[in-house]
Amino acid sequence: MDYFLELFLGGLTRGSIYALIALGYTMVYGIIELINFAHGEIYMIGAFTALIVISVLTMMGMNTLAILVIAGVIAVIYSSAYGYTVEKIAYKPLRNAPRLSALISAIGMSLFLQNYVLLAQTSDFLPFPNLIPDFEFMEPYAHIIGSTDIVIVITTAIVMIILTFLIKFTRIGKAMRATSQDKTMAMLTGVDVDRVISVTFIVGSATAAIGGVLIASHVGMINFYVGFIAGIKAFVAAVLGGIGSIPGAVLGSFVLGWTESFATGYISSDYEDVFAFLILVFILIFRPAGILGRSERHRV
Amino acid sequence: MRKSIRKLFVTAVFIIFSVSMITGAACAADTIKLGVAGAHSGDLASYGIPSVKAAELVVKDINSRGGIDGKKVELLVEDDVCKPEVATNTATKLLSQGVNVVMGHICSGATKAALSIYKDANIICMSPSATNPPLTQSGNYPNFYRTIASDDAQAKLEVDYALGVLKVKKIAVLHDKGDYGKGLAEFAKLFIGQDPRGEVVLFEGVTPGAVDYSAVVQKVKRSKAEAVIFGGYHPEASKIVMQMRKKRMKTHFISDDGVKDDTFIKVAGKYAEGVYATGPKDTAKNPMAIAAKKAHQKEYGADPGAFFLEAYAATLALLNAIDKAGSTDYKAIEKALKTEYVETPIGKIKFDDKGDAIGIGFSIYQVQNGVYVEVK
Amino acid sequence: MFLTFPIMVIRVNPIEKIIEWRWNNLILVGAGSFLISMVWRYMIERKDYGTRKAEAGEKSDQPPLIQRVMKDKRIYTPFLIIVALFACIFPFVFSMYQTNILITALIYVMLGLGLNIVVGLAGLLDLGYVAFYAVGAYTYALLNYHFGLTFWMVLPIGAGMGTLFGILLGFPVLRLRGDYLAIVTLGFGEIIRLILENWNEFSFGPSGIAQISRPSFLGMDMSVHGAIIYMYYIMIALCLFTIFFVNRLQDSRIGRAWIALREDETACQAMGIDKAKTKLTAFALGATWAGMGGVLFAAKTTFVNPASFTIWESIIILCIVVLGGMGSIVGVIVGALILILLPEYLRAFSEYRMLAFGILLVITMVFRPGGIVSDVRRIYQFKGTAETKS
Repeated sequence: MDYFLELFLGGLTRGSIYALIALGYTMVYGIIELINFAHGEIYMIGAFTALIVISVLTMMGMNTLAILVIAGVIAVIYSSAYGYTVEKIAYKPLRNAPRLSALISAIGMSLFLQNYVLLAQTSDFLPFPNLIPDFEFMEPYAHIIGSTDIVIVITTAIVMIILTFLIKFTRIGKAMRATSQDKTMAMLTGVDVDRVISVTFIVGSATAAIGGVLIASHVGMINFYVGFIAGIKAFVAAVLGGIGSIPGAVLGSFVLGWTESFATGYISSDYEDVFAFLILVFILIFRPAGILGRSERHRV
Repeated sequence: MRKSIRKLFVTAVFIIFSVSMITGAACAADTIKLGVAGAHSGDLASYGIPSVKAAELVVKDINSRGGIDGKKVELLVEDDVCKPEVATNTATKLLSQGVNVVMGHICSGATKAALSIYKDANIICMSPSATNPPLTQSGNYPNFYRTIASDDAQAKLEVDYALGVLKVKKIAVLHDKGDYGKGLAEFAKLFIGQDPRGEVVLFEGVTPGAVDYSAVVQKVKRSKAEAVIFGGYHPEASKIVMQMRKKRMKTHFISDDGVKDDTFIKVAGKYAEGVYATGPKDTAKNPMAIAAKKAHQKEYGADPGAFFLEAYAATLALLNAIDKAGSTDYKAIEKALKTEYVETPIGKIKFDDKGDAIGIGFSIYQVQNGVYVEVK
Repeated sequence: MFLTFPIMVIRVNPIEKIIEWRWNNLILVGAGSFLISMVWRYMIERKDYGTRKAEAGEKSDQPPLIQRVMKDKRIYTPFLIIVALFACIFPFVFSMYQTNILITALIYVMLGLGLNIVVGLAGLLDLGYVAFYAVGAYTYALLNYHFGLTFWMVLPIGAGMGTLFGILLGFPVLRLRGDYLAIVTLGFGEIIRLILENWNEFSFGPSGIAQISRPSFLGMDMSVHGAIIYMYYIMIALCLFTIFFVNRLQDSRIGRAWIALREDETACQAMGIDKAKTKLTAFALGATWAGMGGVLFAAKTTFVNPASFTIWESIIILCIVVLGGMGSIVGVIVGALILILLPEYLRAFSEYRMLAFGILLVITMVFRPGGIVSDVRRIYQFKGTAETKS
């Protein structure tokens, strides 16, 4: 039973990690139906920025909590700026082009950002300090679950609640929903579509940055390539849950995290990803729009 | 269109032989061309770039002393990104440029793909880092040499150490599903199986680049393994070690020379303490190794990276063989490599019939107070 | 918007807690981004102007250059002959290296044309195309290793295996649309690769299969150089066959059904086209070409391991199709040549290679969203149908 619990908690952490990235994916997709391949890179840049800020501040001799907060805030600002700029450069001119063109543009952007960080920083793995202190009261349970894991799970929950609130109850959220349903109609009713899309990108990138900081401090290292792999997995999670839906992304991530965790624990980690993808295929065969996806609109 | 193709075939077949002969003859120009191939970009670049720097240093040194038999050595550096399909392009590019000998290919897969091309062109190829055993042991690649021990030798050392010195009984073998890591892990499993003192309680591959390995670590813990033997590179190794230690596990961690890299210690920090890794015998006292490291620091302002000394040795061995042979003829170089000893940073070496170096020792290192220390 | 740029560029190097302030970088990038932003805005404005003009009905009478070449028989025929001649003498004029990379490019032309059936014609976004490529490559590698079958024997078998897998994987995804389809195919691609990686007894795992024999010519042994030239002509012949085949296919009943499916699935169904069958044939035919491409790949590199069949490979092939111009044969050929040869020729830039490649993808898409050779096909198609019906 202990073993089951450990795997369950491991899967939960992993799921939360995917969820933090998948949330941004799903928001962007929901609004402009674009698989934003560069999203994983935004997450990577968030982590890198945080690392840089942390090393500067540590040199100045600040205390850990202040560093954590400042690094987090700066990483969020940076990533949002990047997300905003990427959207303006690579996607906005393609708003009315075939959807695949925008996809290729996204792939190009992803390649560019990866290599940009590679050249500007280094190809090596860099150690990322563990910012979250080991809580005293957690010590008896340390062999089951670490303090970092708890922080990640809680943050994911908070981010999800905030985002749901944002979309359901605020003005901009209403505008987002309108835009995602019908761009032209939204424009006619006075929604500034360009602004809504920009805001979506900024919010999505900000979540990615939070994810970047937490995940990097959980894993303990980063390099320029982490974004791509995590991005693909998070995207799978978002689709699994029904792309475009916020609770769906989180649920999909948990399903994916648990599948991987239990597959590794009870079968073999050799086929960990095979099981992850098989679950995806099965769920999509029986629910073609994902677990919580909206039923498809058939346009005639 | 098709007819013309068929006609051209016939002529092509005739022309081929003459062309290959001409290119063969044209090679004997006034410089000795040393090809350096390996991953110089992409995610494995950090294993390939040090070999280029090693070759540059050796060649600079030799040229400043007048070259070999009055001929200067010219470097031809080509990137293969560690991909087999690119490696064949790299190999043909080197051939087109009239290369005499090749130092390289970093990854075993890429090396295998390129070797058949070198073989037909009668070009000797020496790798500083391709450890896959069949490269030398299968006898399929007579033109291949290496200055690094093969996977099975490393695995044997790791297993002997775990069973003999650490006296553990239950061992978990993990690998990164890669060409290098899985090959090593399989040998480790085989050797443990042959030894009555120990048993393999777990044999698993981890997904490289995954966000965490908690499930695998959990599984290791459940298997009650006393030691983990890991085949793979340092990024995965440090993630696994960190998670094991965070879970308060005190399992021994033994790994290969892909982990015996200072980056591993930097990344894993305090968690790296006590980790074992195999690597070439202590080179700290070898005067040539010290000189080579100094030259690197002077030239590039940083410490050399992985496989630097092996690449340095390979370049030296190749050029020395050409010098001793007095020509760039395949047979002559082959003979020189197999008979003449050469002083290198990794010891005094020559090559056996299969192409493995004689005179290189491997030993076990342990991380103690943030540095790798050889354990006796 | 470019105010954000300079902020991004204060970069520090946190290697071993040494912080390296690189202020000069900041100035450089600041100035650079300012310049680039000016050029960028100018270009975008020009493009917008162009589209506005087009919308206003002031259609420029001259279609793009390539289209004009295609239409005009007087230019087209000599042009084709020159290309053909050039292709024939190529290996004798240029070095072995050039020939070799051209073979790679030609393999991708084939793959591109195959994927073009699925993505360009039938409009099914397939991100797991590499799975079939891997199937073909391993078919040849394993049959050659175990039974010593030769290239010519395996080529049809490889194609057949591709078809088989295309149908097998095609079945479950028939219900899916758009991006869900993309992600499931991506999943299949990864599953195939992971199985090859882990199932040692079957595929020799990550260490791969080496020493696969090259195609032989009447049982003669050839030097590498000869084999490469031979390979080159095989590729040229197969590419011509592919082009011929795909061209015929486009005009066929099934080809039109695909295009209809791409344009509007529901309307297409209403017209009495069997959706499932049409989709499945597209999948299977696309996979056939990938299988063939795989066999050629194995024969060329003489070594296969799962590392050659990652997601990236699928993405590159997709880029070829989209960058070249979806649904256009010439476009795919141009796309393949550019995308495969460019990284080779960009070797001069060494570490900036992939950076340049990324920028290029973005720029091409932004300024030519339809691809380099766009829409030639569709316009022609429209006229064609109009004529036959009237």
